[in-house]
Amino acid sequence: MRVPVTVTVNGTAQRAEVEPRQLLVQFLRDDLGLTGAHIGCETSQCGACTVLLDGAVIKSCTTLTVQVDEQAITTIEGLAPRGTMHPVQHAFWEEHGLQCGYCTPGMVLSAVALLAEDPHPDEGEIRHAIEGNLCRCTGYHNIVRSIQAAAEKLAAGAAPTPVNGRSSPTT
Amino acid sequence: MNPATFAYHRADSVDTAIALLAQYGEESKLIAGGHSLLPIMKLRLAAPAHLIDITRIDGLDGIRDEGDRLVIGALTTHHAIERDDLVRTLMPLLAETASVVGDRQVRNRGTIGGALAHADAAADYPAAILALNAELIAVGPEGERGISAGDFFLDFLTTALTPAELLTEIRIPKLPPRTGSNYQKLANQASGYAVAGVAAVVTLDDGGVVADVRVGITGTVAAARRAAATESALMGKQADEAAIQQAADLATEGLEPLADLHASAEYRLRVTRGLTRRALTAAVARARG
Repeated sequence: MRVPVTVTVNGTAQRAEVEPRQLLVQFLRDDLGLTGAHIGCETSQCGACTVLLDGAVIKSCTTLTVQVDEQAITTIEGLAPRGTMHPVQHAFWEEHGLQCGYCTPGMVLSAVALLAEDPHPDEGEIRHAIEGNLCRCTGYHNIVRSIQAAAEKLAAGAAPTPVNGRSSPTT
Repeated sequence: MNPATFAYHRADSVDTAIALLAQYGEESKLIAGGHSLLPIMKLRLAAPAHLIDITRIDGLDGIRDEGDRLVIGALTTHHAIERDDLVRTLMPLLAETASVVGDRQVRNRGTIGGALAHADAAADYPAAILALNAELIAVGPEGERGISAGDFFLDFLTTALTPAELLTEIRIPKLPPRTGSNYQKLANQASGYAVAGVAAVVTLDDGGVVADVRVGITGTVAAARRAAATESALMGKQADEAAIQQAADLATEGLEPLADLHASAEYRLRVTRGLTRRALTAAVARARG
């Protein structure tokens, strides 16, 4: 028996009738076409499916769509206007905070949530905050560096930057 | 990977939840954050026909000061407990424990009531709940009852809650002055669950003698329990290194240790004694201020 839900995703109210057992990550990917949230381990370990629920990071593979009825979800697609990068995304680009990119949407969202709560985290706090996001390329050093750079950008009041803006990369 | 099909019910009050539990009985399960339940439903280790969502019930989350005790609503998330000023000031052991549960995403969704009612043998809270001498409040068709932490954990995934009951809050008596506490855990590197975990609460008198001590052990055994021999060995003693060592060596007396691919029985016992020594040492240092 399907259940009616209204979930605000990236600022838009989405009305749907879903199976109670549908996972949020399936709703986002299969029903809404938002494939930024990845399906990795499916056992709430890896964090590739991380999204924001009312600003807090959650794992969308371990959340039912019906559980977030009348709540607000932000996915990686909703971080910055189309064609632009959020300062955290820009910092990941500049600091080589990704290799294969599979964990990146989750990593970026964990960084966004951390910096919203604590704008000046130290390295230990950054590593604690990304405990639930696994990078199998093991690129953690650059990821931490990216988050540190993002903190500086945000503190300096950085705005979203165009994806094609070539001014910043140093290489 | 989906759970088996189920019907979804959203309870808007404790009474509705209890009525739904009465209606669907053993076919039903309560769900809060779902971070214990959904993983085992996805693995089809559990396949309830009815899921009763209690997260929208007003008044079941939050932390309040009731004079001689702190009361924590069952729906309070691990993250809320980790960050709460009242908990950090009055019950630092609980904040310390909450901060090492799972990871940040899990702590944002998982609830203390859900974790306690699920009673995973490797969960962190049971050790702290035992060491803090908490009382767990359950509401069922016959009304409300209190269950002391020592009577709550019965076996693997089994508590004193009946299938008709809902855990609503956890009441923790405030600690006297010159009390220190600590939680020590050996985490499984992949899952973060406790291979063994020990929580200690120690109260000293003016002369530095142990006036009260409670030690809770989780992970080592199927059902979390107090280390009674350790507690009695330390009571009335000067809390020096030798006395702590001697008491910690007794921590595994009478335990029937678990053995699995993560740790043998012998290893678990040895680790448990070591963690007990560390937890007592840190608790005593904090009690001294």
